[in-house]
Amino acid sequence: MAMPKEKRNGTLINFAAVMLGFVLLYLLKTSGLISNYYQGIIIQCFFTIIMVASLNIATGYLGQLALGHAGFMAIGAYTSALVVKALTNADILNGGTDLEKIILLVIGIACGATLAAIIGALVGIPALRLRGDYLAIITLGFGEIIRVVIQNLKFAGGKGLAAGQAGQALIGIKILNNVYFIYFIMAASIAILFCFVRSKSGRAIVAIREDDIASEASGVNNTHYKVMAFTIAAFFAGVAGAIFAHRGTGTIQPADFTFMKSTEYVIMVVIGGMSSLTGSVIAAVALSIIPEILRAFSEYRMLVYSVLLIIMMIFRPIGLCGRYEFSLRQFLIDLPQNIKNLPRNLQRFWLSCLQSAKDFPGRVKSFFSKDKGRDDGDNDETEAVV
Amino acid sequence: MLFITQVINGLRAGSIYALIALGYTMVYGIIRLINFAHGDFIMVGGYTLVFTIPVMVSLGMPPWTAAILAVVVCATVGILVEKLAYNPVRARGNNMSALITAIAMSLFLENLAQILFGANPRTVKTLFTFPKILGFDGTTILTIIIGLAVMFALQMFVMNTKMGQSMRAVSENKSASVLMGINVNRTITVTFAIGSGLAAIAAMMYCAQYNSVTIMMGYMLGLKAFVAAVLGGIGIIPGAMMGGIVIGLVESLSKAYIGPLTGGLVTSAFSDAVVFAILIIVLLVKPEGILGKNQGEKV
Amino acid sequence: MSKEAILSVRNLGISFGGLKAVTNFNLDLYEGELVGLIGPNGAGKTTVFNLLTGVYIPTEGSIHLNGISINGKKTHQVVAAGAARTFQNIRLFKTLTVLENVKIAFTKDIKYTLFDTLFRTGRFWREEAEITAKSMELLKLFNLQDKAEAIATNLPYGQQRKLEIARALATDMKVLLLDEPAAGMNPVETAELLECINLIRQKFNVSILLIEHDMSLVMKICERILVIDYGETIASGLPHEIANNPKVIAAYLGG
Repeated sequence: MAMPKEKRNGTLINFAAVMLGFVLLYLLKTSGLISNYYQGIIIQCFFTIIMVASLNIATGYLGQLALGHAGFMAIGAYTSALVVKALTNADILNGGTDLEKIILLVIGIACGATLAAIIGALVGIPALRLRGDYLAIITLGFGEIIRVVIQNLKFAGGKGLAAGQAGQALIGIKILNNVYFIYFIMAASIAILFCFVRSKSGRAIVAIREDDIASEASGVNNTHYKVMAFTIAAFFAGVAGAIFAHRGTGTIQPADFTFMKSTEYVIMVVIGGMSSLTGSVIAAVALSIIPEILRAFSEYRMLVYSVLLIIMMIFRPIGLCGRYEFSLRQFLIDLPQNIKNLPRNLQRFWLSCLQSAKDFPGRVKSFFSKDKGRDDGDNDETEAVV
Repeated sequence: MLFITQVINGLRAGSIYALIALGYTMVYGIIRLINFAHGDFIMVGGYTLVFTIPVMVSLGMPPWTAAILAVVVCATVGILVEKLAYNPVRARGNNMSALITAIAMSLFLENLAQILFGANPRTVKTLFTFPKILGFDGTTILTIIIGLAVMFALQMFVMNTKMGQSMRAVSENKSASVLMGINVNRTITVTFAIGSGLAAIAAMMYCAQYNSVTIMMGYMLGLKAFVAAVLGGIGIIPGAMMGGIVIGLVESLSKAYIGPLTGGLVTSAFSDAVVFAILIIVLLVKPEGILGKNQGEKV
Repeated sequence: MSKEAILSVRNLGISFGGLKAVTNFNLDLYEGELVGLIGPNGAGKTTVFNLLTGVYIPTEGSIHLNGISINGKKTHQVVAAGAARTFQNIRLFKTLTVLENVKIAFTKDIKYTLFDTLFRTGRFWREEAEITAKSMELLKLFNLQDKAEAIATNLPYGQQRKLEIARALATDMKVLLLDEPAAGMNPVETAELLECINLIRQKFNVSILLIEHDMSLVMKICERILVIDYGETIASGLPHEIANNPKVIAAYLGG
């Protein structure tokens, strides 16, 4: 059976949008509007998008707080860097032409992502047996272990491979930062993740998050799907890592992949919306660009993030986009009607803002006078009459 | 002689870890939350000492009285964190949002401290000047004694007072405690206050030894203490004490002997990784810890 | 009608520490039968369900489903073997839609692979359409088809219960274990539930093991009844026999 008509139209529209983005990128680059510096930021947006979207699979859709995502990025980065080094050292591929550069990057990404996925599965199988809090800690632990191990590997430091020295930044990494190609990798990654989520696997994963006892009782093999989600998340972290390694500075070091980095990605997932790839893209872009614009305030960045996070957890725990997924096709279909209704909707929106402002003092009051000793019971435990 | 010194050092580190682990375990026992920010309470205590010791000295008091202020400050911070962040999230969200809030709170405290005090380490004036006892460093022995005394006092409190009883009750069964007329929110607040106060005492013991504080001092201390709490059985007070001592001894002995033992293959820098490895092994083999009982979910 | 029991349980038991929660539980469930499992609170009925569905591992005894031993298998394997259950406190996927709740139960029967998912092959679209169609059919059976896009947690209680049963049916099971389906229902909802169960028996020829406290429902609908008290089976037989059994009466009234 072929793709249903509305899906086909949606796919065509999305494909057109991606091509439009490519054209935009091309124009920006060839007109000289974006310097190397801005190109670097754009590439940062791209691999951040992949990191956040992939982490969303494990943390948003599956509902398991994974605090070691940067570790898988590190595996992707170092594997890709070293494989490309080996190929260029052995003169198999030199990266002289643009095409060779792309081929090298593809090989690097493939190797990096594959190894990251394998390690992801190896970590996931034991870790996913544990409950939420413990899983978070153990993924943190594995992330740190990966980093410390890399730090002590002789071939992963200095000039790398045979000429390597442990404990140093890896230098002389081939620069493979064709921004167009990376753009398509990013678009393809998002498309693949979207396809994964809208399938039996995606449904199973969400079911496990909602109620893992009910999901198992509905025939879902929990362990199988949990490990699958984790592995896929790790795979794409590897892709992002490979892109990161070759982005342009020519060097990476273990300190690029700390627990702090993992936490930043978690923050982006949470703010964007757990279970919304749209939200992940938006958060990744916003939180890559805004710090660059507000460089002067970089001291306060994490402080602001942490306060923002706490406020979100209190008032909007599912994140800004929640579970909403933007559909370009639907947007275009609704567009004529929305334009017609725009004045009315604006008016309604303004009135609701006024109302919220009026309500605000009351809400603050009720927030602080809540629950003197009242208990709402535990969320996790289910008592049964045996 | 060297061995005994390592053991004494291990006991000192262990008592520090035990006090911190108690904070983790008490909070986890009562609200099933791993308070990621607990390590940062230590940092708060440490920085408080930086400022309060000179104040106390100028008032003519012995430096260690500054610790009392540190305890008060830490307890206050703990209570504020609970009331302003953890409580609202717990009322509205699920386990994951509570955990994320704890992580956010940890980031908040660390970054706030960085902005206020800068990233460089600060020196802490000497807390104690103690003569050597039996040839061992006086401060070390004193630290061990303080640690043991505090643990003993806590055990007495939890076992023999009404509030202590409430804490145990809420840990066992929150809903039933409400029905028994226990003010759960107040009990939780007290638990946080005590846990953070213990962190302040741990900070004092740490500063007595190392005379310096940094923003991230809570991170490693907290993490190792957390492993200790899990090792002993998270939520179980004697478990935290036992776990703390064990981790302290393991760390001290492995730092001293692991190099020679493995012929230089594994250096002492790996002692951090050893602690992580212990955590992973415990979580995979017996997640409820040495003294813990497995509590599966009733279907 | 085959004389082989679909579900054959011998000497099933489990001890928690020193406490014998269930001992010497025996049952032969035949095709199309509806057997009731009753007993006072805390008697061990849900424990039996948990044992049968792989939530607990029995410390003694054997369980055979369609001739295959399912003793010690994990829950999802038991479901694949043909036994599904509902829960005393309804366990729906709260934030998912009604339709999605049912679709999830088809996961194990979907044949397309990760490759099909990622490349959106014809097989993917075909099976997805099949699943949607089959799910809607089940919903229609329970009169829930209009609520297909509603969020599960917004349904009234009685309909939530029906949805849970629909989801269990979607696993294509031979044996359905219903744990107090009438709990918390008023007489109207209970009557609807009764109709529901009868409909299921007609359409699907499943064997049903039913835990219930609502005696009127039990007496009306069960062909046979087992009575458990303190983990032991104290009586077993036809409804009217059970109703007049002094041991049963004593157990309920506290003898």
